Amino acid sequence: MIWKEKVECAAPADLKALQSEYLRKLIPYIYENCPVYRRKIDAAGVKPDQIKSIDDIQRLPVTTKEDMRDNYPYGLFSAPQDRIAEIHVSSGTTGNPTLVGYTKDDLHLWGDVMARAFCCAGAEPGDTIQIAYGYGLFTGGLGSHYGALEMGLRILPTSSGQTARQLKLMQDFKPKIIACTPSYALYMAEEAKTLGIDPAKGNWKIGVFGAEPWSDAMRHEIETIWNMLATDIYGLSEIIGPGVAQECYHKDGLHVFSDVFYPEILDPTTRERVPDGADGELVITTLTKQGIPLIRYGTRDIVSMRQEKCRCGRTSPRISKIKGRTDDMIVVRGINVFPSQIEHVLVGIEGTQPYYQIVVDRQAHKLDEVEVQVEVEQRFFSDEIKQLNVIRDKIRKEIENVLSIGVKVTLVEPKTIARSEGKAKRIVDKRKL
Amino acid sequence: MKITQISVFLENRKGRLYDVCSLLGSQGVNIRALTVAETESFGVLRIVVDHSDVAIKLLRDNQFVANFTDVVAIEVPDKPGGLASILKVLSENDVNIEYMYGFVEKFSDKALLVMRFEDTDFAQQVLAKQHIRIVTEKDIEGL
Repeated sequence: MIWKEKVECAAPADLKALQSEYLRKLIPYIYENCPVYRRKIDAAGVKPDQIKSIDDIQRLPVTTKEDMRDNYPYGLFSAPQDRIAEIHVSSGTTGNPTLVGYTKDDLHLWGDVMARAFCCAGAEPGDTIQIAYGYGLFTGGLGSHYGALEMGLRILPTSSGQTARQLKLMQDFKPKIIACTPSYALYMAEEAKTLGIDPAKGNWKIGVFGAEPWSDAMRHEIETIWNMLATDIYGLSEIIGPGVAQECYHKDGLHVFSDVFYPEILDPTTRERVPDGADGELVITTLTKQGIPLIRYGTRDIVSMRQEKCRCGRTSPRISKIKGRTDDMIVVRGINVFPSQIEHVLVGIEGTQPYYQIVVDRQAHKLDEVEVQVEVEQRFFSDEIKQLNVIRDKIRKEIENVLSIGVKVTLVEPKTIARSEGKAKRIVDKRKL
Repeated sequence: MKITQISVFLENRKGRLYDVCSLLGSQGVNIRALTVAETESFGVLRIVVDHSDVAIKLLRDNQFVANFTDVVAIEVPDKPGGLASILKVLSENDVNIEYMYGFVEKFSDKALLVMRFEDTDFAQQVLAKQHIRIVTEKDIEGL
């Protein structure tokens, strides 16, 4: 079924009218309530009443991750804190996390778009869903939960981890839908085999996989091994969390819920719109959010977008899978990792220099592993192994505190980390996505 | 009478120990004593050489991380229980040894050992009191 058929299958002109109406209300609301945005809009030389149609959005300035960071914690909020019902954080580029706050209406919106996403993947009210995204500050678990509640699914809120128990619950309650990261789906298949469970006879029929980039080859592997349909979900916490776009069972691009999250594809350098089908940075405006509505937020994800109607009946624009990033962020086990975070930690530890390299690897059917190689410095080098181990463990603990995932720290000789074109190569991603 | 040890950080990679030894050898630096402490991913090479100032400059100029460490080298009777008699003295005086290793060569019928102490000065006093011969830099250079 199609959860919000009226908007998801709307004629382009009707959709545009709705988007324009939302934008006309949004801009004065932000201008009135958010001094940071008021300055930005003034600086762009635009008056709120000049924004009449969705096409006028191109006159507005873009919002970047740096804007989020520089105005931490509350600078980009348009709603006062006593109207905020829930807060989530994800990793920021340095020091401060990226903080997002939802009003009660925003949470309803989140439930609505996630319900649309599950329907888009093929769920029907009354089905059972196993939500194996982490619950907590990460948006994956709770966002999926609100959507499942909204559309009337029976929920197994297993969160991530405890794989043997996940598999037992799958067998006992026979959920039709599994929501987790794609790499966890493969990991669970491997665990299933060691427990004597044949994944091909598993109960999950539909997977809603996201929070990390994955390829069609990985999709094929998951579909074969689990004998299920594997669909891609897209989102980011700054916009709402999961629920920005979702593949339907045709698996021909991700439907953007564009009546509420208005997508544009811009050239990352010129910030000009690119033609349909061309690659560029996905930039999103949250047309109806209240807590932290964002105007033209640069996701740093490189995708292409098409406008034509899908075979499923939806008219919403479709984006491709993520083809790359405009920055050097990587996603490991659903967690955003920026090299700058590691640099920040190293600079903060006396005696260490920010000469490091991050090696991400994924053994077949295993979870991603992160190794941080740090060059040994004259100043902290000791003839005693135990002293070196103390430094290594200190670096490891501080990085783990910042990233919230386990890492391995290896001390390496100076100048062993490749420096290309004067700039060190910070990330070696050995994963075959 | 402390002597100077050079500690060098080495990754566990093929040929790294060779690189150090051939570098020192090429400039006429002779290694008198040597040990390698290794972990899963790296090792620390500890050496006593005849010209430590030359050696450390050479190493650092070639991108090695290398430091000086004060150690004490002593003569140990080369017979059963020889080492035990010295360890007994140290133990009775609560002197803690971080690590120790033997010399490559010796200049008498006694064995030579390099010892790294937590408190080098105190350890020397204890050893001197027992008339245990401590090897000097001069001895090393003349080996």
